[in-house]
Amino acid sequence: MATSNPTGAALALWNPGADEHDPISARTYGFWLYLIGDALLFCSLFASYAVLDNPVNAAGGPLTAQVINTPHGLWQTFIILASVLAYSLGTVSLKNGNAAGVQLGILAALLLGGAFLYISGTDLWALAAQGNGPTRSAFLSVFFTLLLTHGLHMLFGILWMLVMLVQVGVLGFTKDVVGRLLNLRLFWQFQATMWVCVYFYVYLLGGAR
Amino acid sequence: MQVAVDGPWSPLLGRLSLAAIPYDNPILVSTFAVVALLGIVIIGAALYFGKLGYIWREWLTTVDHKKIGVMYIILGLVMLFRGFMDGAMMRTQQLLADGPNSPGYLGAQHGYLPPYHFDQIYTAHGTLMLFFAATPLVAGLGNLIVPLQIGARDMAFPYLNATSLWLTVSGAALCMISLFVGEFSNATWVGLMPFSEMPTNPGVGVDYWMWAFQLSSIGTTFNAINMIATIVKMRAPGMRWFRMPVYCWSSLTTNIIGLSIFPVVTVALTMLGIDRYFGTHFFTAGYGGNFMLYVNLFWIWGHPEVYFLMLPAFGLFSEIVPTFSNKALFGYPTMVAASFSIGGIGWVVWAHHFFTMGMGPELNGYFSAATMLVGIPTGVKAFNWLFTMYRGRITYATPMLWALIGLVLLLIGGLTGMMLSASVFDYTVHNSLFVVAHFHCMVLVIGAALFAGVTYWWPKVFGFKLDERNGQMYFWTFVLASLLVFVPLFYLGFAGVTRRLDYIYNPALKPLLWVSEGGIGMYFVSLFYFGKMLYVSLRDQIPAQADAWGTGRTLEWLTHTPVPFYNFAVTPQINARDELAWRKAKGVEGVQPTHYVPIHLPSNTAVPVIIGALATVFGFAMTWRIWWLSIASLLAIIIVVIIRSFDKNEGYVLSAEDIAKMENQVALASIIAEQPKRPALAQVEAH
Repeated sequence: MATSNPTGAALALWNPGADEHDPISARTYGFWLYLIGDALLFCSLFASYAVLDNPVNAAGGPLTAQVINTPHGLWQTFIILASVLAYSLGTVSLKNGNAAGVQLGILAALLLGGAFLYISGTDLWALAAQGNGPTRSAFLSVFFTLLLTHGLHMLFGILWMLVMLVQVGVLGFTKDVVGRLLNLRLFWQFQATMWVCVYFYVYLLGGAR
Repeated sequence: MQVAVDGPWSPLLGRLSLAAIPYDNPILVSTFAVVALLGIVIIGAALYFGKLGYIWREWLTTVDHKKIGVMYIILGLVMLFRGFMDGAMMRTQQLLADGPNSPGYLGAQHGYLPPYHFDQIYTAHGTLMLFFAATPLVAGLGNLIVPLQIGARDMAFPYLNATSLWLTVSGAALCMISLFVGEFSNATWVGLMPFSEMPTNPGVGVDYWMWAFQLSSIGTTFNAINMIATIVKMRAPGMRWFRMPVYCWSSLTTNIIGLSIFPVVTVALTMLGIDRYFGTHFFTAGYGGNFMLYVNLFWIWGHPEVYFLMLPAFGLFSEIVPTFSNKALFGYPTMVAASFSIGGIGWVVWAHHFFTMGMGPELNGYFSAATMLVGIPTGVKAFNWLFTMYRGRITYATPMLWALIGLVLLLIGGLTGMMLSASVFDYTVHNSLFVVAHFHCMVLVIGAALFAGVTYWWPKVFGFKLDERNGQMYFWTFVLASLLVFVPLFYLGFAGVTRRLDYIYNPALKPLLWVSEGGIGMYFVSLFYFGKMLYVSLRDQIPAQADAWGTGRTLEWLTHTPVPFYNFAVTPQINARDELAWRKAKGVEGVQPTHYVPIHLPSNTAVPVIIGALATVFGFAMTWRIWWLSIASLLAIIIVVIIRSFDKNEGYVLSAEDIAKMENQVALASIIAEQPKRPALAQVEAH
């Protein structure tokens, strides 16, 4: 509001109502910041992987080329990208205000994510059953930890999706629900991106050595 | 006494048994008596005055950034006291256990602390001082001041803000529990590897340390996200980037550092945890483990962490020096640039903490040179403060005194830091008391800044100033004590005394150890004046002006004193860098808004404090291997978060009439006052 000072010139000193801000924008921004932190978590894991991916740290055990299943990795990559695509199609329905479309997209993303985890889980389980579990050597420790950290992110995303399936049905598209759906899209894309990094670094580069 | 975690285990209580309680240690038993007595007195007083409901409704469940800031500061001060007691015990042990003929008491061969207990004390001292004293004090002041300085209603995410606080508290609670149930880590605050691993350290101490550290790190990461989002998204209209106070700039830098480093230490600690719980081999001595990986990861976090604490201190000086020089800050743009340079360089100097690792002359040379570079932006800041004071009208109020001694300590710490940055020199004094003296000078800069900040903004928050006379006595005794304790350590370091010694071999060093101990005595005197300062101020409560120091320049001094819980009745329009100074120059600092519009505020919630309590239980259960309880508490946290996500509470609206009433009677809106219950809004579907 304009007020005048003793000399008479108009000055804007107060701005009533200016504190209302867009909560979805702030939340999305905050979530981006969280993702930066999460990316640094993966960074540290990749750095540790680079250090420990070394015959000395394998302690006579296998190295990357002997423990990965590259064709499975390729299929997993396709599955995870399809899952991201399914979720993104769900957010197209969000634009149209179509709750059933959103739920269908989430459901498809969730099932594809489950399929991914199943393949990952059985591969790692088989590896451990051969005696090459995470306690075999420092290299295998970091190999399992990197893959399971990504898996944990997926598991968390799947839990989040289950909650959102219910919330879209029960609460409808409130501000909170829409904000969460948008953040979940970011998160799901993020974990897929991390998988692509794992696939390149561990499966392709590691397998080639 | 060590509780071996590979010993007997029961499904119900894990490794926990009565033997874990150190009832045979007189030091711990008397500590417990004091803590229990204090707890009873506090809870009893709350019950006696019927304030329990008030504390729960207005404080424990609050989402108000100012109350959260105050609680952070209380936590920080309490832990500062505990950390100080640990320090006093260490100095006393070294004084007593000096030379082969020194006597032994309480079962120790020399001094009064057996080596195993002494090791736990220095570990606790470092851990507490950094994570539970300095960090909460820094976070608390940031919480209090940043939203006020940018004219915001609250933080960007008030609920997340409360969660950060309670996670930090849960870490501190674990440290306190470790005193009386089991033991604390004996592997130093940095976690020596592979010593912290299961084969060499089968006690629960390392687990306590690890979980306390881990929980508070998560809290700090959340706080960093919140702060950055607040500064980027919530500034009042007209507050362009280069109108922001320098303290906000330094908060932004520091939280960018925080967000980027804490995930690294989370990974390092998680790897240690997996090693200890699942038997993997990241940092073990065999099976290809590489303990230098831990050291690198730790210091990639650890060095920027130093600047994470130091930059807010610089920001505080940058607010206090102009106010008490009655002059605008000299070189504002260079101050901002220097903050970012310090933050940036801080990322790439971590290996100077272990020049002796043997990484070769090339890398040592690089890390030496990079470390020396930090001196340039820091020098820029120091000169900017000096030029701000130059020809200023200086008032030597307590905050200004703290700021000035901070500059002196920065000079001593900085110059010795430059010495240490030369790797050839570092080889000679690595891990010696010289290093201890250096970094204590640096953390005392942070300490001085925090005391300055607390004294400076105290009237804004509570409506009355801290007593000036006792404050100055506290200041002088504290400064004298610091010099007495730490200056001898420089010499002792040169004389070959390494750090963390429970026994000093050379009786000829006795005089210096006595000087240092005298400093500890002086600290107790300063503690007395601190208490007296609080007592006298709380007794007299002399009301302070809105602009409490008379020469305030920034936005927070524009609103009422004590600050209302809604900060500004009407959001100010920002016209200049130092808004209040600008308004004073125009003669309009007293112009109040003519009408009010309703304010939308978030409702209080118990969820954050419940999460904090469950996190404490989780950490405790994991430490003692009580698997059912760990799983139950973790699941409970997830369920609480999910339930909360179904909550439709959209906060409440403060009507224009309410605001007008409270604007006329500021005490009604102070953060101490109890608020009537206001009905919450329910969220509706957007479409």
